[in-house]
Amino acid sequence: MAHVRLERVTKTYGGVTALRDLTLDIADGEFFVLLGPTGAGKTTTLRLIAGLDKPTSGVVSIDGQDVNDWTAAQRDIALVFQYYSLYPRYTVRQNLEFPLKSKVHSYSQSEIDGRIASAAKTLRIDHLLERKTDKLSGGEMQRVAIGRAIVREPRAFLMDEPLSNLDAKLREALRSELKDLQMKLGATFLFVTHDQIEAMSMGDKVGVLNEGRIAQIGTPYEIYNSPRDVFVASFVGSPAMNLAAGELANGRVSALSGKLDATLAGEAARDTSGYSGPVKLGIRAEDVVVGPDQPVEARVHHVENHGVEQIVTLRVDDHLFKATVPATLRMGIEDSVQCGWSADKIHVFDAQTGVGFAYREAKAA
Amino acid sequence: MAEIALQNIEKYFGDNYVIRKLNLTIAHKEFVVLLGPSGCGKTTTLRAIAGLETIDTGDIRIDGKAVQDLRASDRDIAFVFQLFALYPHLTAYDNIAFPLRATRESKAEVDTKVRAVARSLRIEHLLNQRPSALSGGDMQRVAIGRALVRRPKAMLMDEPIGALDAALREEMRSELKRLHIENDSTTVYVTHDQVEAMSLADRIAIMNDGVLQQVGTPGEVYQYPTNLFVAQFIGSPVMNILPATVRAGGADGAEVVIGDGDAVFGFPADLPKRLEAKSYDSLVLGVRPEGVIISTTETAGHVPVEAHIIEPLGAYDIVDLKIGEQLLRARTHSGMVERVGETVWARLDAAQTHFFDTKSGDSLNIRLGEENGTRQA
Amino acid sequence: MAVIARLESDTRAAARGWSDLTIRNIFILPTLAFLIVFNIFPLIYSLGYSFTDFRASVNDPVNFVGLQNYRELLNDPNIWRNFTVTAQYVIVSVGGQVIVGFGLALLLNRKIPFKGLITTLLLLPMMMSMAVVGLFWKLLYDPSWGIINYALGLGSFDWLSDPDVALYAVAITDIWMWAPFVMLLSLAGLSAVPQHLYEAAAIDRAGTWYTFTRITLPLVAPILIIAIIFRTMEAFKSFDLPFIMSGQPTTEMISIRLYKMAFQEWQTGRSSALAYIVLIVVLAITNIYVKYLNKVKER
Repeated sequence: MAHVRLERVTKTYGGVTALRDLTLDIADGEFFVLLGPTGAGKTTTLRLIAGLDKPTSGVVSIDGQDVNDWTAAQRDIALVFQYYSLYPRYTVRQNLEFPLKSKVHSYSQSEIDGRIASAAKTLRIDHLLERKTDKLSGGEMQRVAIGRAIVREPRAFLMDEPLSNLDAKLREALRSELKDLQMKLGATFLFVTHDQIEAMSMGDKVGVLNEGRIAQIGTPYEIYNSPRDVFVASFVGSPAMNLAAGELANGRVSALSGKLDATLAGEAARDTSGYSGPVKLGIRAEDVVVGPDQPVEARVHHVENHGVEQIVTLRVDDHLFKATVPATLRMGIEDSVQCGWSADKIHVFDAQTGVGFAYREAKAA
Repeated sequence: MAEIALQNIEKYFGDNYVIRKLNLTIAHKEFVVLLGPSGCGKTTTLRAIAGLETIDTGDIRIDGKAVQDLRASDRDIAFVFQLFALYPHLTAYDNIAFPLRATRESKAEVDTKVRAVARSLRIEHLLNQRPSALSGGDMQRVAIGRALVRRPKAMLMDEPIGALDAALREEMRSELKRLHIENDSTTVYVTHDQVEAMSLADRIAIMNDGVLQQVGTPGEVYQYPTNLFVAQFIGSPVMNILPATVRAGGADGAEVVIGDGDAVFGFPADLPKRLEAKSYDSLVLGVRPEGVIISTTETAGHVPVEAHIIEPLGAYDIVDLKIGEQLLRARTHSGMVERVGETVWARLDAAQTHFFDTKSGDSLNIRLGEENGTRQA
Repeated sequence: MAVIARLESDTRAAARGWSDLTIRNIFILPTLAFLIVFNIFPLIYSLGYSFTDFRASVNDPVNFVGLQNYRELLNDPNIWRNFTVTAQYVIVSVGGQVIVGFGLALLLNRKIPFKGLITTLLLLPMMMSMAVVGLFWKLLYDPSWGIINYALGLGSFDWLSDPDVALYAVAITDIWMWAPFVMLLSLAGLSAVPQHLYEAAAIDRAGTWYTFTRITLPLVAPILIIAIIFRTMEAFKSFDLPFIMSGQPTTEMISIRLYKMAFQEWQTGRSSALAYIVLIVVLAITNIYVKYLNKVKER
């Protein structure tokens, strides 16, 4: 098992900078999720750790040892890809045996059998061992691919969007399975995804990556409840956080062309005390309240049924924002409703930099 | 615009019986989603409507006229492919203009229509680009533009946003819905993602193994699934399914025993009587995570259970409770259960509990009275 | 998991003590030696000859004559006639091969029974020896008992002696032999056009001809151009077929002229100069094609 660290790593391909000054610390036995949109540098980071690429500058270390000059084989790290890349004409067993039959390590047949049996049991593919891999479903193939990583007992597991080619339903099931597996193995996992639900539900820690830089690292709870900047705020959470330009003066914010007026409470009030001027306001859909006593009149622009709840898009003048309401509430398009924001749930960001006030102060201090 | 009726459709691929006696009518201007796991026959059904696949028996009627023997080009239907199927050697403009030029429309008319569609899709600035220079989302916008530009009788979409990033998927979802409302076109949409189905559809048709399982509005299929398959396919996280037996007694008048007595939950007294009227061998209980009600303090009528895994999903948490060897997932306020291993007290909301016959998997259609104010999170 | 495989092959090669560089050199060096001895050296040597009056048949002292050989060749109307004949031949022969070959490919690019067998049979002409094909077709064209005149009812028309027809008769043979090559490349190109584009075109209500000109042709164009490049280069240097089949002055292509100059008239220096002129022309034509190919590929 391993403690993986990247220190001030920069990677450029040709003239393009894929990663800038990236520092990451993945503790031994941690499930770390790297989250970001396509092109953010997630896969590059993974390749640097695996040893498939060398950083342009900076240090990759495993268990405190600088491994910049180690080959991928020496690092002893397993990689699981989006595409299963199993050997098609072999059985599941032969696929699992493959990494154990290399010349670098030699294992006795009984050792090999033991490892395969235990991996197959963990992943619940024991009944598939003698089957050819092209006769497997997508979910089974991905389990076998993970099995090939497990049998090696590597120091760490790197996973590059392993669930994104699966059916939505299967993805959900494998999400819990993977988390369960990681807890059972107690292994270090680095999991790369563009899907914030995967990051939130599996990660002990989540690193949000944007344009080659780390935007924020924290527990899912921290990332969701106190996003460092507007990028994290809008990327994490479904639906995305509502953002609107506003004005702050003497602890009161106003937005939506003055229709929304609120006195900040709680953390937001503390973080912004003494500041007046333009700001960017954020509020999660579940913190927008729809009900007869609310101050702002809005029209229903769009309704999405999610079973347990509905997500409605409300319109005030030209501004659109989303609210979560109970499934039982009847809502028709173009209905007129009253709405408001819970004052203590408002996030306030710097209008220029997009950085949250809580983090802005920390930087100044 | 059009009404599409599928009547007794059957289709074999060799020995593979992929569509089994399918009957489905899609009303004029309706948005119907065909939902199911991969290999359930949903895409084959869609391709059959388009004329890209033949059927073995049955009728496909568009506005009452049987079209199963017509070629795709004679059905006047647009199709949006999962991998976009843009013509790689043509610019976005030429791609969108293609169906108009193929039917010899005048140059001026082509230009007007292409620009109008591009404006509504907000891709005017991309018209001179080739597909290889576009992002996934923009490629699909161009593909949708190509489908919309000739105002077809119906739009068929095969997982049009399945290949996109999660965040982009969400954005495109509302865009698709907006376009549907603007254009009023009859739409059939195929996906394996129930979130897409729930949020887009007027009605959802759920398929499994070539058999249509249930057709209904998103609300209906969510609240009243006809069988275990639908119950587990719709909704995320998945509905809890536990073997159960029912007996009279307890404080509420009836009790539901999970497994071999791993937990006993109180239920309204009329449950045993209503079950008597149904025929079944053994029972499976189904309850969605929001139907599992949790208290962090000892409460009357609640059963003590241990929290096993906590998944924080931001707006709410999903907590896996240990019941014997099984897990019961509950949806709670964010941060309500703080630590794994903690003991909490749980009960089941009778109004949100479903009972199924173990053998057939069919719902026994027992709907217990809605309790007031018990929904949480 | 492919990475694991790669790691293992890396370590295995390393275990044998061979670096990637060593392995690369082992493969490259023999080829390089061969190329220098048999291609590059003669090429440079003949360039030297082209500036002299060297004759391989006599022992006269060799004189440096500068650009005289080139000047005389380019001012010789006969040489220009040889080039014209060659151009006619190239256009007819390559054009015919593209039409026949691409047509065959279109016919074969669908689900038909015995497709593999039919393709193989169609490829046979390409695999035969040029000399055999030439002699064989000479028999077919024979004025008194050739099967072509018999089939067409042309009496004793002499295809290969008629100054207006001989060149085209040879070109027909060349088309028969090499159309399969164009067919083979076109088939590869056609099968690389994704099926879903044809489905999209059907949905877009495009007719057969429209689909062919707007989808099929532009997408097969790059590989078709490659086939045309190969065939143009070959046709330009055609020697065997015209030499074996017809001795007509109207079929005296540049390569035959070159052969005669070098090995019948023994003007070694001058023929070297002519060879260089031919080389430059072929390079120029190929260059034009490649430029066009790149333009097509950019789309």
